Amino acid sequence: MEVTAYKTDMEFFVDMQRCIGCKACEMACAECETNGHQSMIHVNYVERAVSIQTTVQVCMHCDDPVCARVCPADAISKDDFGVVHSANTARCIGCSNCVMACPFGVPIKEEKYDMMMKCNMCYDRTSAGKKPMCATVCPSQALFYGTREEISRMRPNSTPVNTFIFGQQTVTTKVNIMMPKGSTHLKVH
Amino acid sequence: MHTSLNKKALLVALVVTLACVVISFYGSRKLQNFDPALIAYLFGTLFALFGGIYRYCVWLQRPPTWMYFRRTWQFVFSGSFFVHLYYLAADSVKNLLFQRFIYPRGKKRWIAHFLLATGCMAAFAITIPLTLGWINFTLDPATALDPGTTRLYYANFFGFQVMSFKLGSVMAFLIFHALTWCSWLVIAGAVFFMVRRMTNAGLIATQTFEGDLLPLILLIIISVTGLGLNYSYAFMKGMAYDFMAVTHAISVILFLVWIPFGKFFHIIQRPAQIGAHIYKKEGMKRGMAVCPHTGQAFATQLHVDDLKTVTQQLGFDFTLENGSSHLDFSPEGKRSLLAKAHLQARQEGGNLFG
Ligand code: SF4
Ligand code: SF4
Repeated sequence: MEVTAYKTDMEFFVDMQRCIGCKACEMACAECETNGHQSMIHVNYVERAVSIQTTVQVCMHCDDPVCARVCPADAISKDDFGVVHSANTARCIGCSNCVMACPFGVPIKEEKYDMMMKCNMCYDRTSAGKKPMCATVCPSQALFYGTREEISRMRPNSTPVNTFIFGQQTVTTKVNIMMPKGSTHLKVH
Repeated sequence: MHTSLNKKALLVALVVTLACVVISFYGSRKLQNFDPALIAYLFGTLFALFGGIYRYCVWLQRPPTWMYFRRTWQFVFSGSFFVHLYYLAADSVKNLLFQRFIYPRGKKRWIAHFLLATGCMAAFAITIPLTLGWINFTLDPATALDPGTTRLYYANFFGFQVMSFKLGSVMAFLIFHALTWCSWLVIAGAVFFMVRRMTNAGLIATQTFEGDLLPLILLIIISVTGLGLNYSYAFMKGMAYDFMAVTHAISVILFLVWIPFGKFFHIIQRPAQIGAHIYKKEGMKRGMAVCPHTGQAFATQLHVDDLKTVTQQLGFDFTLENGSSHLDFSPEGKRSLLAKAHLQARQEGGNLFG
């Protein structure tokens, strides 16, 4: 984490309506060196009984990460770039607080390791100025990593949004979701 | 609020440290059995104790940590106490003494960690009581004066004789060289992790020098100079003894002072894992929470309810308009809800993709 070539002008833009459920990102995610070659990205059917809609979820890298705040072992940390890192393997006690409290349903409790693992935006790649694995393979650009100019050129009718409302709670994130032009937030529920 | 909380930690740390000083004063028979050569180590140990307890108390006061701490003891002392005690002991042997949870993460990793941890824990068990003067060795005066007999040594604990062994016996060899064995274990484990940290691309990307490499380097310096001290007079006619003695002392004291703050604090934190196991086991007895979206059980109801309390204590409020909570949903449910809300927003925007 000491010398990095992290590009601060590059951002993550997610548009889950473009997800076709191909799971290419799952395969790509398992190439990430920081997860020990285990896939961390989530692709799931939204309501299988009534629709074929799938959704994709990466860690949103919250500005005030609930996962880190509820961790009893201080195992999760956010770095200067705003990347929220996966659990410190020496500290994590596998309690699943983060798994249950993350408003986006991101962290995974690996029962066999008695430890939590999650997306850290391919820190091995992003810290070297490269794009996260999932974003490089997504064929429908549900996952896109690049500059704001690039995304506004590609999606002139959409606005990146990073404010989410869950009942009483507003959560702001580093990762953006593409919404109809002019949107300011996404109200869940 | 924060300062008053830390005052608590300060108080507890002071009381425990003072108690340790008092016990050591009398345990060493009013310093008779205290080894003055170890004075620097004594202060290092006391500081580590003070700092460790202080940091531990500050840590416990964090709402999620306190929740687990409170619940663990509440469960241990409720219902069948001995069943819980047995579980506690068995789980501690498995996961603290043998660090069994590391095994699935990698067999070699586990072996290396086991060697490192065993070496460290055994070395603590030997050196701390020696430094505090709780243990000392005495030579039997009768055998000492008679050149015809083998010398007999006594090991004393708090000044009470607990065992005796003859010089040159297997026992004497094991006892007098115990720290040598510890050093070799630590070196083997630490070197493995050092190599791993220098070759694993994922670790290289995320580790820090002071957080991950320095602790290993320190352990290696401690062990190598410790071995050197021993071998210096055994095989090398005392060569470089002073240099190694000073380096050893400095690195050990650095290590001790650092325990409460850096990587080594995980040694003190790890027992919380046993608490998390008990918490889950007891929670399952009390019933599971079912996700309103997926219709599947996903966590214990106890966990979901406690998290609502903890998140509120931390300043988050996931209460929904209908009085339920976003935390009532499973991780998969939460992801689906977000996708559904997003779809709805897109539909309202008049264009699915935009
Ligand atoms: S999305 Fe979840 S896991 Fe990622 S930073 Fe936010 S709370 Fe943590
Ligand atoms: S599972 Fe690990 S990282 Fe997550 S809250 Fe528990 S201790 Fe922290």
